[in-house]
Amino acid sequence: MGQTIIEKILSNKSGKKVGTGDIVVAAVDFVMGQDGTSPLAINAYRAMEGQKLFDPSRVALVIDHSSPSPLEGVSNLHTLMRDFSRETGCKMYDIGDGVCHQLMLESGNIGPGSLVVGADSHTCTYGALNAFSTGVGSTDLAGALISGKMWFKVPETIKFVCHGTLPSGVYSKDLILFLIGQVTADGATYLSAEYTGEAIGALSIEARFTISNMAIEMGAKAGLMEADEKTFDWVKRYGGSGFTAVSADPDAVYAKVLEYDVSGLEPQLAKPHRVDNVAPLSELAGRPIQEAVIGTCTNGRLEDLRIAAGMLKGRRVSPDVRFIIAPASRDIYVQAMREGVLETLVLAGGAVVTPGCGPCVGTHNGVPSDGETVISTANRNFKGRMGNRNAEIYLASPATVVASAITGQITDPREFVSR
Amino acid sequence: MEFKGHAHKFGDDINTDYIISGKYKFKTLDMNELAKHVMEDLDQDFYSKITAGDFLVAGRNFGCGSSREQAPLAIKYAGLSAVLAKSFARIFYRNAINTGLPVVECDTDQIEPGDELTVDLAAGVIHNMTRGITIAVKPLPPVMLQILNDGGLAAHFRKYGEFKLDQEENDGL
Repeated sequence: MGQTIIEKILSNKSGKKVGTGDIVVAAVDFVMGQDGTSPLAINAYRAMEGQKLFDPSRVALVIDHSSPSPLEGVSNLHTLMRDFSRETGCKMYDIGDGVCHQLMLESGNIGPGSLVVGADSHTCTYGALNAFSTGVGSTDLAGALISGKMWFKVPETIKFVCHGTLPSGVYSKDLILFLIGQVTADGATYLSAEYTGEAIGALSIEARFTISNMAIEMGAKAGLMEADEKTFDWVKRYGGSGFTAVSADPDAVYAKVLEYDVSGLEPQLAKPHRVDNVAPLSELAGRPIQEAVIGTCTNGRLEDLRIAAGMLKGRRVSPDVRFIIAPASRDIYVQAMREGVLETLVLAGGAVVTPGCGPCVGTHNGVPSDGETVISTANRNFKGRMGNRNAEIYLASPATVVASAITGQITDPREFVSR
Repeated sequence: MEFKGHAHKFGDDINTDYIISGKYKFKTLDMNELAKHVMEDLDQDFYSKITAGDFLVAGRNFGCGSSREQAPLAIKYAGLSAVLAKSFARIFYRNAINTGLPVVECDTDQIEPGDELTVDLAAGVIHNMTRGITIAVKPLPPVMLQILNDGGLAAHFRKYGEFKLDQEENDGL
């Protein structure tokens, strides 16, 4: 019987042929924690009487969620992480370096066939590099830090086949929001997702990251794609080598196969307060917004900032809108600076904040006030997510966010974009 | 292990941001402090309504969203003895087992807010005393049971120094 991508990766990493439902203890290639989860993982490491890391060169801690620290309590936990890094010799990414997931993607350590665990639910992002990467809690992470292994139940796979070509002004964010709306927030729970079809193949690697990033929003354990030239180009650009593509067998068995033609898709938004509460833009156009955010591990990449700058050249955002930009990494920040992208965004009325998670997680960098509406490129719009339970959050593509920032209301980006 | 208490009922898709908001979790490792804010964005007075031993009862996909282990810990430190739900999101489920918070999969349509329940984890049965009915419990997957029986994952690691699990066919996660 043929195998899915995740069955193959888990077979490779556990040293035996495994199938759906098997419990495996698999070797991990890389382990990552961020500042919301690492302090508890360090506690768990001590409780496990950990003496050393399985391999310090394959462990990274990242300060990105509350970065730079806005509070003394946060500062003390950051210091706990820095001390642990010095003690164990693992890689430490500090303030200004960027969002953990973008840093992992840019590390050269992760590529086709890799197995990565991270104490952050959006670790599934690296699925776009044909890697099985998944989010775990702090105690599981501590187990991986010590042993270099993790236990998994081999999941069934749900396959999304996307045919056709995305229309101009419609992006991978619109596609993944649409798919989440179709299957709902628990439509892929305990399952691995595979995204395939010519519409996925046509996407840039950065656009693919957006899709895999949001696999968790349908409950999935992984959001995998097949490797192609774009995948290997990305990995090579960051010094990665020695990876081998992992493809699903033609006779692999799937829990479900869903096929869509994306050629007629219009821009999509997730409405408050659920990511699967998705509607086409035409149903929402005209709603006033007070804050617009571009950034996060979903859409804070160079391609996203270029789209924003392309639309804002010679324009300004509405005086009634606060426009916040959080580049996903230092590398992206510098490149956007060199290209004049940041200059355009700042002159258009934008406020650039430190590379990192920005205002997405509700600790700082743009907490909305009571009764306000935010439009954001992030991946979650739960009540209170941005720090105020009395505000509303819409999720959309960078183009829709920028179009809405210009007019001060939810606006179709196709009025501003031409490809 | 038998628990007795009243049901506090919530709906489907309760995410970990609702269980413990991001604005608190980055500040401290003091779980007693975090526990005061449990479920705050859905019910501002929730913490004050809890009597030790009570149950958090919910619908489908409990614990979806972020991987924060502060979520099961905040529930545990708030004095709730277990979470009963129709289904659980996978990261939360693992985190709950690893940190010693009992999670029980069952038909929660048979439980109304305020109902008095006894939950017998070993026997795998819930008695709804208010309604005089018994509710069946989906058994824990064997691998999870093994971690629980070792006293949680930290104790498992103190004992073996690594993941030492029976790798046969399992039903569940």
